Order: sequence, then C-alpha cells, then structure tokens
Amino acid sequence: MNYTVFFRRIRESRLFWVLTAWAVILGFNALFIPEFFRINIQDGHLYGNLIDVLNNGAPLMLVALGMTLVIATGGVDLSVGAVMAISAAMGAVLINPAPGDKLVSNEILTRNATNTPLAIIVLATLAAGTLCGLWNGLLVSRAKIQPLVATLILMVAGRGIAQLITNGQIITIYYTPYFWFGNGYILGLPVSIYIVTAVAIIAWVGVRKTPIGLFIEAVGINPKATYYSGISAKNVQLLAYTFSGFCSALAGLILSSYVHSADGNNNGLNYELDAILAVVMGGTMLSGGRFSLLASVLGAMVIWTFTLSMYTLGVPANALLAGRAVLVLLVILLYSDRRLVKRRSVRADTQPKSAVITPDENRDLPRP
Amino acid sequence: MADSQSLITVRGISKAFPGVVALERVDFTLRKGEIHALMGENGAGKSTLIKILTGVEQPDTGSIELEHTLIRIRSPQHAQQLGISTVYQEINLCTNISVAENIMLGHEPRRFGGIHWKKLNEMARQALLRLGIELDVTQPLGMYSIAIQQMVAITRALEIASAKVLILDEPTSSLDANETARLFAVMRALKQAGIGIVFVTHFLDQVYEIVDRVTILRNGSFVGSYDIADLPRVELVAKMLGRVVGELQALAQDKARGERQPDERRLIEAAGLGLSGMLEPLDLAINVGEVLGIAGLLGSGRSELASLLFGLTSPDSGTLLIDGQSVTRFSPQESIKRGVALCPEDRKAEGIVGDLSIRENIILGLQGRYGWFKFINRQKQDEIAEKYIKLLGIRTPSPDQLVKNLSGGNQQKVILARWLVTQPRLLILDEPTRGIDVGAKAEIQKLVLELVKDGMSIVFISSELEEVVRISDRIVVLRDRAKVADYDHAVSDRTLIQTMAGEA
Repeated sequence: MNYTVFFRRIRESRLFWVLTAWAVILGFNALFIPEFFRINIQDGHLYGNLIDVLNNGAPLMLVALGMTLVIATGGVDLSVGAVMAISAAMGAVLINPAPGDKLVSNEILTRNATNTPLAIIVLATLAAGTLCGLWNGLLVSRAKIQPLVATLILMVAGRGIAQLITNGQIITIYYTPYFWFGNGYILGLPVSIYIVTAVAIIAWVGVRKTPIGLFIEAVGINPKATYYSGISAKNVQLLAYTFSGFCSALAGLILSSYVHSADGNNNGLNYELDAILAVVMGGTMLSGGRFSLLASVLGAMVIWTFTLSMYTLGVPANALLAGRAVLVLLVILLYSDRRLVKRRSVRADTQPKSAVITPDENRDLPRP
Repeated sequence: MADSQSLITVRGISKAFPGVVALERVDFTLRKGEIHALMGENGAGKSTLIKILTGVEQPDTGSIELEHTLIRIRSPQHAQQLGISTVYQEINLCTNISVAENIMLGHEPRRFGGIHWKKLNEMARQALLRLGIELDVTQPLGMYSIAIQQMVAITRALEIASAKVLILDEPTSSLDANETARLFAVMRALKQAGIGIVFVTHFLDQVYEIVDRVTILRNGSFVGSYDIADLPRVELVAKMLGRVVGELQALAQDKARGERQPDERRLIEAAGLGLSGMLEPLDLAINVGEVLGIAGLLGSGRSELASLLFGLTSPDSGTLLIDGQSVTRFSPQESIKRGVALCPEDRKAEGIVGDLSIRENIILGLQGRYGWFKFINRQKQDEIAEKYIKLLGIRTPSPDQLVKNLSGGNQQKVILARWLVTQPRLLILDEPTRGIDVGAKAEIQKLVLELVKDGMSIVFISSELEEVVRISDRIVVLRDRAKVADYDHAVSDRTLIQTMAGEA
C-alpha cells in the first residue's frame, strides 16, 4: 500500500489522536514514574495504577458512552452528573430508609443490612436515571427545547432532587453487598470493568448491528434530509437521551458503591464536562454526525490516566485542574490544526486593515 | 455602456464555486435614481451577483466601478462604507429595542459621556419623516409590521451608511398589498433623491409597477438589460426561461415521451387541496404510469404543492386520496408507506446527508421504511448500493465515498436511488435537473421515462419549460400560488409561457 495513503488513513481514523494522547501520557510515565505500571497481586486480585484507571474511570466511561450518542444526534446532555447523584441517592435511600421527621437511631442507620432486596435497589436506581434521561429526551424531541437548555434544567434541578430524596443529608452506606459494584472483583479484575465492557458491547451491537447508528448519524448530520427520508428524528433523539440517562444511572450506582455514600451535592460533580471532553477527544464532533463508542471510552481512559499520573507524581489537586486544561487544549488543537490555519488566512483577507476606510483607499488600484 | 449617469458598472464578472460556475461574464449597470430589477430563476446567479456587490464574495474575474472609480469590495462592512447597503428578506435588526435605537445603533449622539436620548429619538424621527413615515420611534421595533421593519432597515441603511446604492433582496415576499404599496412609495421617494435601487423580486406585477429597467440572468450568464417599457411580459418570461418567442411557435412538438397510452387507473386524487398562505385550493388527478408536469415560476406554489403531496405540510382544506384511500395523517413516514417519494428542490439542505457515504445515503429511505428492527445488513447494503450505482451511472470510485464529495448530478442520482430502492408508486421530482450538467440532465430525463414505462407515476417540477413539455403527459400551470390551467401534452410553449405570465 502507498505510504502516504496508509498514514492518511491512520491519521483520519477516529482512534488515532486519542491513542496518541494516551501513548504520550504513558510514555511520560514510563520515563518519570515507572512505578505507575507496577501491578501487584493481593488475595488473587490485581492492584495497581493501571487497574485504578479502569476502576475509577468506569463511571466516566459509562457516561461517555451515553454522551456519545447524544452528541452524535447534534445535542448535548449536561445533566449526567446530576442524574448520577439522583440514582446514587435512590440507591442509598432504599438501603436505609431515613424519614426526616422520625428519630432513627444510629444503630439502624449504620447496620450492615437492608429491608429492600438488592435487585430491587439496583433496578430502582437504574429506573430513576433512565426516567431522567427520558425526561430530557421528551424536552428535546417533543417540546423542541434546545438540548443545552433542556438538560441544563435537570443539571440544576437534579442535585436538588437528589437532596430531596436523601432529605438533605449525606447518606453513608454500610450495606456491604452494595459495595460489590464499585469494589468487587471477578477473576482478579474489578467488577466495574465488566460492567463497562458489557454496556459498551451492548451499545455497539445496538447501534451498529441495527439501523439505529445510521439514524443517529443521519439526524446529527442533516436532520431535515433525514426527516424527508421518512425517519423519525424525534424517536432517535428520545432513545439517545434515555440511553444517556441509563448510563449515568449505572455510573451513579458504581460511584456511590465505590465511595460508600450518596451526596447530592458532590456525586458526579463535573462529570458532564469530563464526558463531553472524552467524547470530543474520541473524535465525535459537537455538531453531531459520525461517532465512535470505542474512541469515547478511550477518551475517558485518557482523562483518568492523566489524573492518576498527576496524583502519583504528587501534583496537588488544585494544580491538577490546570494540568488537565493543558491536556484538553493540546488534544483539541491537534484536531483543529488545519482549520485554525485556514481560518486565520481567511480573516486576514476579508477584514479591513484600518478601522476607517474611505473610497479613496482604492486610489492605488489601476484605473481603466 | 458607461454613461455619465451610471452609479455602479460591473463588467465581465465571473465567479465559480467548486463544481459549478455561478456567474459567467456578467455585465450590469445601475444608474442614479433608477429602480433596477434583477430577475432570473433559482440558480440563475442573482444572489451570487448580490453577494459580490456587497463584498460577501470576491469575483474571480471582472471589474466593478463605483461612480467611475475602479473598486474592490473587500467585505460587507467595506461595501457599507463605500455606500452600498443591503436590506435582506429576513430583517437583521433587533426587534426588542426601540425603532430609534435600531436606526442610530453605533452612531448615537452623546452628551456627558452618556447617550443623548432626546436627540437620538429626534434624529431617528426626522430620518423616517424624510421617507414620509411617521412612527413613535421609542416603541420597540417588534411592535411594528414586517413592512415597517423593512422601512426602518432602509432608513438605517440610508442614515448610517449614507447609501448611494440600495439593494433590496426580495423585500416584498412577505408583505401584503397595502404594505407593498407603502414600500413602493418609499422606493419612489428614494429614486427622486437620486439613489440607485437594485430590486430582487419574483413578482411580475411588481416589476411592471415600479421598475425602470431590468437585468435578466439565466444559469449564471447574462441575458440582457432592458427598459421595462420595451419588454412585454411574455418576452420577459421567455428570456428568464431561455426561449425566443418567435422560435417557440416554430418549435416542433418534439416529444420524447413517444406514443404512450397512460393507464386509466387513478393513483392520486386531490379535491380542493390547499393551505392558506401557501397554496390556493386546487384539484389534481394523477393516473398510474403518468408524468404530470408542473410549470410555474419561482414562488408560484410548485414546491408547496410538492410538500403537500408528500405530507411535509398538512393541508387546511380539501382531501387527498391515494389509491382511493383518504390521507388523514400528513407526514413523510406516512407518505412513504403509501408509496410516495419526494426528491426535494434544495438538494443540499433537504436531500443528501453529506457526511454519510453513498451506500448509507442510498439505503436511508428503505431503512427508514423498514424501521428500527429490520436491519439491512452490510452485505445487502453493498448489493443495493452497487446495483443502483451501476443502474444510474453514478460516477464514484467506491460506494463508501462521502456524498458531499460528489458532483451535483451524481448527488441527485444518489437521492433518486434512495427512492427507487423503496419502489415508490408516485415519485415527486422537484427541480431534479437544476444545477447539474447537460449530460446528467439527459440521463435523468431518460430515467424518468423508463420508470414511467414500468408503471410508476411521476410529478415533474421544473423551471425549464422545454424539459416539462418533453417529458410530461399533462401539464398543470401554477401562478401566484394557485392552479391556473391544466393542459395535455400537446400544449405549445407559447401558451404555457403566456399562462405562466398571466396573459392567457
């Protein structure tokens, strides 16, 4: 094969830049923090930074999966973080019903038991988030509210709803079976990894082995032409937002299980931004259209690899955000390099050089 | 050409966009104190010429002179500074601030570091008065009708930019008769003041009411500039469509359709079908295996008819029967289920999904009909795509080529393929041959005739009369959003043109 064609195809692949970013971070780690790659085995479980990337990054990967479909339809879902908080609150409350006006002894609150079967807890948690997604989908597809505004409503209100559910308290969870989702292991690997893999595969089959992926991309690229082709853009959007709600719910479940608590204010904080970032790093355009689920998951992985690398390096948490901003900037610049250059040349051409231009300026032109 | 009265002289302007020549050696002269209509069908190059005059686009070749000085218009701001102002169809003013602020925005008189409101309002009031308009300028602009807003936009153009040239881009398309009359009064006042007005419109009546001269463009080339008094209506329409009236009568009825006996079975029957503001109620019948041509100028309601038949809009009067069954729910999905398909007029915005491949674009219609659960697998997709690429002669290296990279003609074929895959019974073609080269045009016409032979019914909408006459079994003429005539295929071009122009 022709070399230039080969390299162009690689560069145009959606996975190229996100893999490059990941390789750069890992390369940096190999040079400066070799202990980052150490993996220990304790009690038959794998431990180490790389495992943590997968385990801690699992909620973001899930959210990014849902966000990918939403962004591909040309929308955006800002409420994912709040939906995580709602589903976490749902789970915690069902484990420990704590009515606010009743005196509940500490003993009841901190016992390792629940009156609700675990299956019901999980189903209710997922249902809560999925309903939130459905709500977003209805606002966008039926009420025709702009996605940014429609999901902003739940982004703001969702944290309030989460606090209503928990009665304004941060609920600590003591029920150990619930911890399995965020801390459990299967065959030496964290449970969350299996969950992400399963959801990713189901989602991939769901969009690529059915017409849904084509419909989503078509709606994102040209909604009008898609409508003219007899495809209901409304239902496509509804599905994407509902799926995003489901993914957020699952992420909220894993996160609350991992941190053993439900906090309406802080569960899933800033996840919407990280998820959008992961999707954009994965090469899906914010204007909608072509998408890659795998690339978005890798994008989430890059974010967490970077975060944990900085922790390992001993960078303080406040400086971390600034560092992350640099990462974002670099990746986005990589995507838009050519466009940036082109834009500048066009500007120089069309904008007047001085503020005031009189017809006299044309004097230097030759006369007929 | 260069008379002393000329304000703007454009010579030999050409402009090409990737894949299409939008303007080719166009000349245009605007004199002081004249109203000059710019006419032509869609794609004739009117908007490109206006974009060049307003600095949005740069011409490839040719020269522009403003008051006998050679100029280059670098940007819309630059055009304004030169004294060329444009008022667009959609008014770009702020409806939520007052009329006075809209007029004076950016040039507010100041006092003590703040805005001198009293003086500002007075200045705006005076400016409007000069055009014979009296308004409460402190009211928000949104309070007033579109016509008034348009006049405010004109006032702003005159006040702020001290315009010498005013370009009005279809200002009357959303105005009623009274509002139009008011606008015309303003235009006459401006004419008296020596301002040159370029007036783009599709309404023939208005052209003959107010315009002094007219320049006609067709397919990007210059047809001619005429004094309106010397140009009868039929002549004007004929020039827009590219025919010579004398020639038309002599033209033999060279029918490509051949001797075909259309089926007697009814496929579509519309009675009193209409939508207020879009299309006057009309009756329409289409038989199986028949080509129904729709002739009419831009804005005559031809695309509105197409969108009603395809269910893009719901009629508010009349009934539509497809195969004897009454249509109650109007939506593309419903229509496609009933076997109706539409190749829309605006190929780019409504037809192709540019960032998808040819294969995906072709199967989109069929997959839409199948719904979410019946998936056309990749192998089947490839088969379908290959088959139709071959059948329609779509020139592409591979079915996975993105549609946006194809030429206009090939894009049109992809959309045709999308519908042919679904095997429709009625195919509505809205300007299927616009903006595509002659070879592809002939291929599409041939294809239409082959499809009809197989029993498909076709509604063929085109602004090229020759095409309509050649292909159609019957021709319905629309004018001013109403059906005015229904001819069989033996009708002459001349009769058609006269009917379209409203002289029959």
